[in-house]
Amino acid sequence: MLEVRDLDLYYGDAQALDRVSLTVDPGAIVAIVGANGAGKTSLIRAVAGMERPRHGSIRFKGRDIAGQPSHVVCDLGIGQVAEGRQVFPNLSVLENLEVGAMLPRARDRQDESLAEVMALFPRLAERRDQAAGTLSGGEQQMLAIGRCLMGKPELIMFDEPSLGLAPTVVQEVFRVIRRLNRQGLTVVLVEQNVALSLKLAARAYVLENGRVAISGTGADLLADDRVRRAYLGM
Amino acid sequence: MPLDAIANIATAGLLTGLVYGLSALGLSAIFGVTRIVNFAHGELMVIGMYGALLLFQHFGLAPLWAIPIVGAALFAIGYALQAGLVNRLLHAPEHMQFLLMAALAIMLVALCLMAFGPNAQNVTLESAYDSVEIGVLILDAHRVYAGIAAIAVAGLLFVFFRYHPLGKAIRACADNLTGAAVVGLNVKRLFALTFGIGSACIGAAGCIILMLVDVHPYLANTYTLLAFVVVIIGGMGSLSGALLGGLLVGVSEALAGLLLQPSLKSMFSFGLLILVLILRPEGLLGRRS
Repeated sequence: MLEVRDLDLYYGDAQALDRVSLTVDPGAIVAIVGANGAGKTSLIRAVAGMERPRHGSIRFKGRDIAGQPSHVVCDLGIGQVAEGRQVFPNLSVLENLEVGAMLPRARDRQDESLAEVMALFPRLAERRDQAAGTLSGGEQQMLAIGRCLMGKPELIMFDEPSLGLAPTVVQEVFRVIRRLNRQGLTVVLVEQNVALSLKLAARAYVLENGRVAISGTGADLLADDRVRRAYLGM
Repeated sequence: MPLDAIANIATAGLLTGLVYGLSALGLSAIFGVTRIVNFAHGELMVIGMYGALLLFQHFGLAPLWAIPIVGAALFAIGYALQAGLVNRLLHAPEHMQFLLMAALAIMLVALCLMAFGPNAQNVTLESAYDSVEIGVLILDAHRVYAGIAAIAVAGLLFVFFRYHPLGKAIRACADNLTGAAVVGLNVKRLFALTFGIGSACIGAAGCIILMLVDVHPYLANTYTLLAFVVVIIGGMGSLSGALLGGLLVGVSEALAGLLLQPSLKSMFSFGLLILVLILRPEGLLGRRS
């Protein structure tokens, strides 16, 4: 479904991604792990059209989207739950969700999407008229996921969805991700919680200094000595 | 000093202040969303005034009825400006935007001079000497119409930002630009739309103020400065702040003209500006950052 080939990304002279390739099959959960600064967020931003890669191709459903602006990429069906949640703090919960449904692909189905999101996150329904900035971190994460779903994506990229959240909330977030995946959504998961994300993932990639250092099935990587030493502290 | 004279002058100042507020609303909306400091603000307003003047001279259209036409024309100008020029400088250093807008301002004044000459011109309407009596207040009818029209246009703008999907999307851009890109909003288009809407507001304010003031090209500088004073008093980027700032400046200028000398009136608005900068630098209704 998503096919990244030999992707190079630079910030000025600093190279953030070095010939990164990865494949995401339809309906899969693919995990991307790595240390801070390894290039995980850069990879997501490049796919999302928020950074322009210097070389390489990004194919989504057969179409090359490298260098396309983010509003075009989103409208093709690639959603993103960004690092730091990026909700609109002064807009109400409901307005945040409405703005999420402004993509041409999702506009006509806004009411139906809203009902689905409210059913998935009853907390958001309770707080629909509250400013998003007043929500707790966990609620904001739910809102960020709900807002992404309003755009009717076929693939969602999650960037550090558990960052800064209480353990019970982290479990809730992962439950939601698994549930969405079972309903047919393809998932790319960037996580610092390596053990949890490898358990969930069909395929996983380890990024080091902007390169793919190791890749394989989630189970392979969980058993891999290098991964266990470097990321699981075993 | 008789109290009813003061009340009269203060009310007249309030009404004028509403028009200042509407004009500043355009400046504030543009800045609040795109972070562009529009140094060509007064120039756009003067273009609005000349637009209304031409419509009056050629078609006998009163300035208030010119608002939709001039507003639409300025929307187009503002949209084109942002889409064609300013969007290219979004990631350039800030002084590049300042230079662009300042250069544009100079060119627009020169164009007005070439097209209309340096002399002051006005619309002469029969209703210019009508007055409206409310209790002890006796007000120029034109000033009352101007205030009402300014409230109506500002109200439209508030309703648009609050309830229209595009208004919500524009507020989302102002709130969190990264978030806007994440959900796939076309930020550049929304910026152009914002600049267009802000310019339409400025154009409407130009039409309205033409009922009270003669137009000449150099008025542009005065209005740019005035709008900045209003917006800084009210809080840069705050829409209700712009209206409040307009009212305060309008009243203080009017009272200064009555109590001291009309030529001293700007002393009061600038004095107000300095007070706000000392006591509440983010502006009366601005957000602390």
